[in-house]
Amino acid sequence: MSNQELPRISIRGLCKRFGDKIILDGADLDIMPGKSTTVIGMSGTGKSVLIKCVLGLIKPDSGEILIDGENWLALPEHEQLQRMQRVGMLFQGGALFDSLSVWENVAFSLLRHGTNKAEARQRAIEVLEWVGLHEIEDKMPAELSGGMAKRVGLARTICHKPDIVFFDEPTTGLDPIMSDVINKLIVRLHKDSGTTILSITHDMKSAAMISDRIALLCNGHIHRQIPADELDSDEDPMLRQFIEGRAEGPINCSNWGRQIEEAIQR
Amino acid sequence: MLTAIGKVVESLCIRLGLYAATFASAMKRLTSRPWHGRMLLQQAEEVGVQSLPVVMLTALFTGMVLALQSYIVFHRFAAESLTGLVVSMSVVRELGPVLVGLMVAGRVGAAFAAELGTMRVTEQIDALWTLSTDPVRYLILPRLIAVTLMMPLLVVIADFIGIYGGYAISVHVLDQNPAVYIENTTVYMELPDFYSGIVKAAFFGMLIGLIGCTEGFNCKGGAQGVGTATTRAVVISCMSILISDYFLTAWMFG
Repeated sequence: MSNQELPRISIRGLCKRFGDKIILDGADLDIMPGKSTTVIGMSGTGKSVLIKCVLGLIKPDSGEILIDGENWLALPEHEQLQRMQRVGMLFQGGALFDSLSVWENVAFSLLRHGTNKAEARQRAIEVLEWVGLHEIEDKMPAELSGGMAKRVGLARTICHKPDIVFFDEPTTGLDPIMSDVINKLIVRLHKDSGTTILSITHDMKSAAMISDRIALLCNGHIHRQIPADELDSDEDPMLRQFIEGRAEGPINCSNWGRQIEEAIQR
Repeated sequence: MLTAIGKVVESLCIRLGLYAATFASAMKRLTSRPWHGRMLLQQAEEVGVQSLPVVMLTALFTGMVLALQSYIVFHRFAAESLTGLVVSMSVVRELGPVLVGLMVAGRVGAAFAAELGTMRVTEQIDALWTLSTDPVRYLILPRLIAVTLMMPLLVVIADFIGIYGGYAISVHVLDQNPAVYIENTTVYMELPDFYSGIVKAAFFGMLIGLIGCTEGFNCKGGAQGVGTATTRAVVISCMSILISDYFLTAWMFG
């Protein structure tokens, strides 16, 4: 097997529970180099937990996460941090640092790792222009709209040229036009730089647009993985229910379905 | 009843464990680079310079009211000249560090908890990690060092202002002899009286930083969680200052 065929990220038997609640129950997933994989699933199924486990933000109860064949979770903290320079993450709400200006946010990683101020600012302005934002480098995050904050977040994610980029609900909370802008930027990033991408979303339009492969997370494990272009033709009942957005079907949402029915009757 | 007591003890043990873990985690990073000097200076300015007005006002009025109260009591057995001694001893050994500690706990401890708590619930702390920056080193260590170093400086200023407040009331309002007041203030005071207040101040500063940062850093549950963390930081800091003050005094003068 050549290096090109080895998964860039390999998740094996990942388990995580919070108290009595099992969130991940033996999740397995391979993300190949240069591919964009999107994990879809209902709210509360553990998509964010999965991505946070991969990034070392949440410690899994068991399982293995290999990145380029190396188990990052087994490394000492300072080595994990060093490897984080190869990674970028766009958080759901942008997670911009309130006390820093836009350019300081974007160039944060560069400034922390020795790039001089003028050079870091220049690179930040270039990346901001790449995401379609001009002359906002000296604004504070509080002055930005939701869409702008998301694009600044995207600029910060890619400013240090990471090999692997993670997207946590990249279009949540945005209007359809801004969602399309973000989706197109992700596609452009993927095409231009061949970056490996792992996204999580429940926005099916976004998933279809930005992904090479789509994986459905259900009941704590990856239920099905398919190429994105087979999304419309796949017959899996759970996947179909999710894509079509039906309350009735094999995905267990009977509890709140019953609660809603009872509430309507009352 | 036993269950309730058990729950309180369990909660107390969890909090103490969290504080100990945060402290150990910060100390482990103290010996290696990077130290984020700019953050340290910024925090020192926020803790020290911006706390000055409230600390000065507190010290001034504490010294003034102490002089007034002492004078009234000493007047009953014609020992008014001891007013200066009581004011200076009380301020330097006890009231300076404790009152400044309580003021800083309310201002700085709350700010630490609210700021870090907001960063936690808006995923800014997670973002630091993904930008290959150690959140403990970047957020907690500078705050902890800043408040531990700034507290003694604030207490020195508060000591002088508190003593001056007592002097102003004694001399200008109660018509005491300024020379006698100054003599009684300086002659009986020894260096350990002064040092004890400084040691207490540094210890209280460390407590305030540790509690505020730990509560904020481990905050959960959105805006309500930030509110709870902030309240808890202030209450626990104030209680810790008052309780540890007794033990420090007993240890230093016992």
